[in-house]
Amino acid sequence: MSIKGKAYIAGIYEHPTRKAEDKSLAQLHAESARGALADAGLSASDVDGYFCAGDAPGLGPLSMADYMGLKLRHVDSTDTGGSSYIIHVGHAAEAIALGKCNIALITLAGRPRSEGQATGTAARTTQNTPDAPFENPYGPATANMYAMCAMRHMYQYGTTSEQLAWIKVAASHHAQHNPHAMLRNVVTVEEVVSSPMIADPLHRLDCCVISDGGGAIVVASPEVARSLRRPKVKIIGAGEAPKHQMGGQLDLTYSGAVWSGPAAFAEAGVKPPDIKYASIYDSFTITVLMQIEDLGFCEKGQGGRFVSDGNLISGTGKLPFNTDGGGLCNNHPANRGGLTKVVEAVRQLRGEAHPAVQVKNCDLALAHGTGGSLGTRHGAASVIMERE
Amino acid sequence: MQSRERRIQAPEPNPETQAFWKAADEGKLMIGKCLACGAVHYYPRAICPFCFSDRTELQQASGNGTIYTYSVMRRAPIPYAIAYVTLSEGPSMMSNIVDCDLDKIRIGQAVRLVFKASDGGPQVPMFTPA
Repeated sequence: MSIKGKAYIAGIYEHPTRKAEDKSLAQLHAESARGALADAGLSASDVDGYFCAGDAPGLGPLSMADYMGLKLRHVDSTDTGGSSYIIHVGHAAEAIALGKCNIALITLAGRPRSEGQATGTAARTTQNTPDAPFENPYGPATANMYAMCAMRHMYQYGTTSEQLAWIKVAASHHAQHNPHAMLRNVVTVEEVVSSPMIADPLHRLDCCVISDGGGAIVVASPEVARSLRRPKVKIIGAGEAPKHQMGGQLDLTYSGAVWSGPAAFAEAGVKPPDIKYASIYDSFTITVLMQIEDLGFCEKGQGGRFVSDGNLISGTGKLPFNTDGGGLCNNHPANRGGLTKVVEAVRQLRGEAHPAVQVKNCDLALAHGTGGSLGTRHGAASVIMERE
Repeated sequence: MQSRERRIQAPEPNPETQAFWKAADEGKLMIGKCLACGAVHYYPRAICPFCFSDRTELQQASGNGTIYTYSVMRRAPIPYAIAYVTLSEGPSMMSNIVDCDLDKIRIGQAVRLVFKASDGGPQVPMFTPA
């Protein structure tokens, strides 16, 4: 059994806020849900499946179903960090294919900026995981974990800071057209590599923004999708896989995308060169580079060459990516970038991206995410969507 | 050289890891060894992550290793080097590279075990250039 063609993305919404001091977490989830349902032409009473992850308050689906007054027959609170929502799209398609629900709502929201979180640089302190006593004493933050991946990639494949910088440059070219983006200035390779060092070899401009916000996605059965007056975006393949330290047989040069990507491509029956647009999780520049390799857009170790010279810029590059500006420039709500990756891919497939970055004849797109930490344990998730 | 020392968050031993931290406090680095499949692993655990046997025990590591990767956290009150060190026994472990010029750390560099006091807990295994 496959999910191919069994479900459609019917509604999307990206909350416009980037700083939400005057709103609660539940409110941001619900406002995002309202937005996505309105986009689909549906109402909250139509929803019979609900998906959320660890950013939701309390016992996610219970607290949020209560707050939003949803009457549900299917819930899923799979939490793999920022990749959760890409997994949710696949799981929603599975649930719809099995008849467990017809209209699935996925929400994400968070207020790390208002709460003053030092998302990337504060050392982790939670003690309730089996790995914690063996890691926390050493000061693992977010930035230095991804930095260790970058350091090893540079050592093993000769990747340079300038090559990584091209990823930020491309994102900034896209973000200039997004009025909601936190950072709208176009930057140069020189500006990226001369920005302050955060954790060697990652500079400040190799890191994503810290933003409040949220987003939501509505996934619907083919029958429901046909009844709506919206462009039809079909889910045709999904893959997910966790990757970890493998009992000490550590290899930080690749991500779980080496498993989630091929699974999604096989289910969809397409290949990497067929993809017209890719949303690729960009917590850091190195995240993008490794995922591009692991998804098969280029050979392992060639990512640095692939991303250089504007190859990710829409209109000029071979692989237009993150045309909303991505996490590097636009938005990283709740420190979790997976949901907005799906949202921009759907905009592209609908032809609703900003005209300056809209990919011509965009009929096949991929959204991929990494959640948790690339340097320790992470979840990888890929979803492939087609315009019908 | 580092003039000030970073405060080391104390590990909180649990029933499964008590023996590891007791050994660490005595200046010994232990790794996990599976009596069923023979493989060694890190961090040590009761169930072997390779064959799922419960016949595991702690084995003392030599304390010699090489730096697999590292990063100096510059945006911290006291910059510090986090690293993965590949032990001569095979497994790689997260640690810090200490008592050295942080700008001279390199991947592939040989390192040896040292211990640093934690903030109210057992001492913690770290590494310094050999």
